[in-house]
Amino acid sequence: MADPKGLEPGSNRDAPAGETAGETAGAGRRWLLGLFPLVLLAGLIAVFLQVDPTSVLRTAFPPVEELTIERVTLPEPGRMRIHIVNGGPDPVTVAQVQVDEAYWRFEMEGERTDRTIPRLGRATLELNYPWVEGEPHEIALLTSTGLTFTHEIAVATVTPQPNARYLGTFALLGLYAGVIPVILGLLWYPFLRQIDSKWIHFFLSLTIGLLVFLAVDALDEAFEVSEAVPGAFQGVGLIALGVAGALLALRALAGARTSSDSRNRHPALTVAYLIAIGIGLHNLGEGLAIGAAYALGEIALGSFLVIGFALHNTTEGLAIVAPMASERPPLWHLGVLGAIAGVPTILGAWIGGFSYSPMAATLFLALGAGAILQVVIEVGRLIQRGQPGGLFAPLNAVGLGLGLLIMYATALLVVA
Amino acid sequence: MTDAGSSDSGGGRRPERMSRRDWLRLGAAGVAGMSGATVLELAARSRAAAAMTTAGIQVPQEHSADDGHLHALRRPNGAPAESQLSMSVVGDTAPSGPDAFDPGGFLTDFDFGETSTRADGRTVREWEIVAVDREIEVAPGVWFPAWTYNGQVPGPTLRCTQGDILRVRFQNAGSHPHTIHFHGTHPPEMDGVEPIVSPGEQFTYEFEAKPFGLHLYHCHTIPLKRHIHKGLYGAFIVDPPEGRTPAREMIMVMNGFDTNFDGDNEIYAVNTAAFYHQTHPIQVGVGDLCRVYLVNLTEFDPINSFHLHAGMFRVYRTGTRLDHYELTDTIMTCQGERHVLEFELEHAGLHMFHAHQSEFAELGWMGFFDAVPLLAASDGVPVHRYG
Repeated sequence: MADPKGLEPGSNRDAPAGETAGETAGAGRRWLLGLFPLVLLAGLIAVFLQVDPTSVLRTAFPPVEELTIERVTLPEPGRMRIHIVNGGPDPVTVAQVQVDEAYWRFEMEGERTDRTIPRLGRATLELNYPWVEGEPHEIALLTSTGLTFTHEIAVATVTPQPNARYLGTFALLGLYAGVIPVILGLLWYPFLRQIDSKWIHFFLSLTIGLLVFLAVDALDEAFEVSEAVPGAFQGVGLIALGVAGALLALRALAGARTSSDSRNRHPALTVAYLIAIGIGLHNLGEGLAIGAAYALGEIALGSFLVIGFALHNTTEGLAIVAPMASERPPLWHLGVLGAIAGVPTILGAWIGGFSYSPMAATLFLALGAGAILQVVIEVGRLIQRGQPGGLFAPLNAVGLGLGLLIMYATALLVVA
Repeated sequence: MTDAGSSDSGGGRRPERMSRRDWLRLGAAGVAGMSGATVLELAARSRAAAAMTTAGIQVPQEHSADDGHLHALRRPNGAPAESQLSMSVVGDTAPSGPDAFDPGGFLTDFDFGETSTRADGRTVREWEIVAVDREIEVAPGVWFPAWTYNGQVPGPTLRCTQGDILRVRFQNAGSHPHTIHFHGTHPPEMDGVEPIVSPGEQFTYEFEAKPFGLHLYHCHTIPLKRHIHKGLYGAFIVDPPEGRTPAREMIMVMNGFDTNFDGDNEIYAVNTAAFYHQTHPIQVGVGDLCRVYLVNLTEFDPINSFHLHAGMFRVYRTGTRLDHYELTDTIMTCQGERHVLEFELEHAGLHMFHAHQSEFAELGWMGFFDAVPLLAASDGVPVHRYG
């Protein structure tokens, strides 16, 4: 992309007026050299589109079809809605629909009377099917070439509609699993202020242990969910984008705060906020997963599950306050930090419950992982600055290991 | 699938089951200048719908009344049955496109071959059979890369009389080696296992037709499973010298299609087109003798079956005897097994028939007989007279 300002003589403020013209010519040449391969590429694409040399190869094979059933919703008894994405290279025509090995008449929403879904296109199929509460059902889409794409409804139940009752249910769920535990964890703040620097570093190391576990957990979940992402949307690519994106964005944010250190009276508070954002992103992904699983009838929200999440997430509150132990920021920050880390669970559960998409879930989980990794770097530096041995001083190493163990143990309680 | 037809036998009660909207739609069709036959067909479809409703395949009525989506499910001609049959396929069950297979025509199409008389007075019948690769439509919008005899699946129904001399000139215009293996009695060198006829080659099968009965033919090139399920099969009828009682005769080849080639059929039907006779009921006369030549050429599944609603039929196993039968309403066959079924429908109205494996029925193998009082011999399924 050419920058017109670069060609203006005034843009090189330090250069003498006489040399400016030569510099400008040099810059122009640089741009040309930079753009030359792109021009060639454009030419190549134009030739391909005109001549289509691969058509020789293509005609020998049937079209490659890839349909993904993103989700099936059951808006009311006797009715079924199938959301599909064409993630393959060619358009796909849905010829017939089987439910439980029987053909059922369906209708494709929108203007597609020929029932053809373009590449990367989406469609919704509606049909009347007397599905049975609490029982599994299998759906198979038959394309015009006779290929089948299947999807299983694990447990059929009416899909929650965004009404007050379900919004309330999911809000409570988020509150129990996300907000309250994080705030409970924050209440370790007074305790942390009482102990000496050695033990603060121990708890910081413990925090790193907690966070590393969370990051790995989020990544694992992201990879798992990404398998449901249609091929063309590259689930693993999304994870790379999310992790790197969150990591770099938070790094830039942290850099901006520390460069203006003179105005920043609480550098550790910045780290706490970064941790809260990272954990918030992670909890958004977690909320998405909980909401979706509940809406798709894949989990029953037993009290054991909620207790598990609560215990697990309480440790997240500790992770947030540990860096602030040596500082004395205004107490209202605790409330804000708790909200940043915990409330996204509610938002995630709402989004996941009402419009779950594997793509969004993958991206949010990856963002969470990236954010947490950035926080791990940040806290690691904090320890390095405060103590000569850093993270691998004996007591700190024990803290790190203990953090991982605590997460492992509390995660055992979350059997979703 | 519940036994619904039995409760649908009272022809006089039928109009009560048609909703007022159905009648209005029929009226509209008449105003639109449609032919009487079409109106009759519409009436038949609406009765099909009524039968489906009593069969427990119930569409929530409150939705169909005010839900715009369901209106879109109706065909442009306003056929009411379409909107009420949730369990079926979307689209016209008759295969489309130029030279498309006509399941309705195939049902009553018997190919007697080119006939001549030999010096010794015996009848000689000759057929030309060409194996060709062809994409066929097995359900609306679903295309299957078939191997066919004469471009159709099933292949033509070859029919002769016991003692005829048969000459089948087979030409392989397909992409793989094929043969024609006939069931029945003949010399082993005419059995269609050897020689294998390579693409571009030909072979003439010549043998005497015997014994009388219902037989079949199919390709016997290995891998057998693929050569059969891709469509190389057909029915082969040898009539008894004295003939059979004149009847409305039909050929039904039970088949299936594994469209995604996973070793499991996605489509089941009689005569290839899934659900065809659900939307195109077979018209026969009340009390008339009906004869179904039933052949099972379903691949992958060990058995297939035929079940008639609201009536019983006589089973002449393999059709090789005229005096011995069993009375039933359900008959099971393994692949290659075939029977002659005879029945008279006592009551007017729609009589469902389908495989009594519910799975097969719901994947396309089901249809209706429409018994019409005092149906002229020239209407409906043609009456076949012997001699």
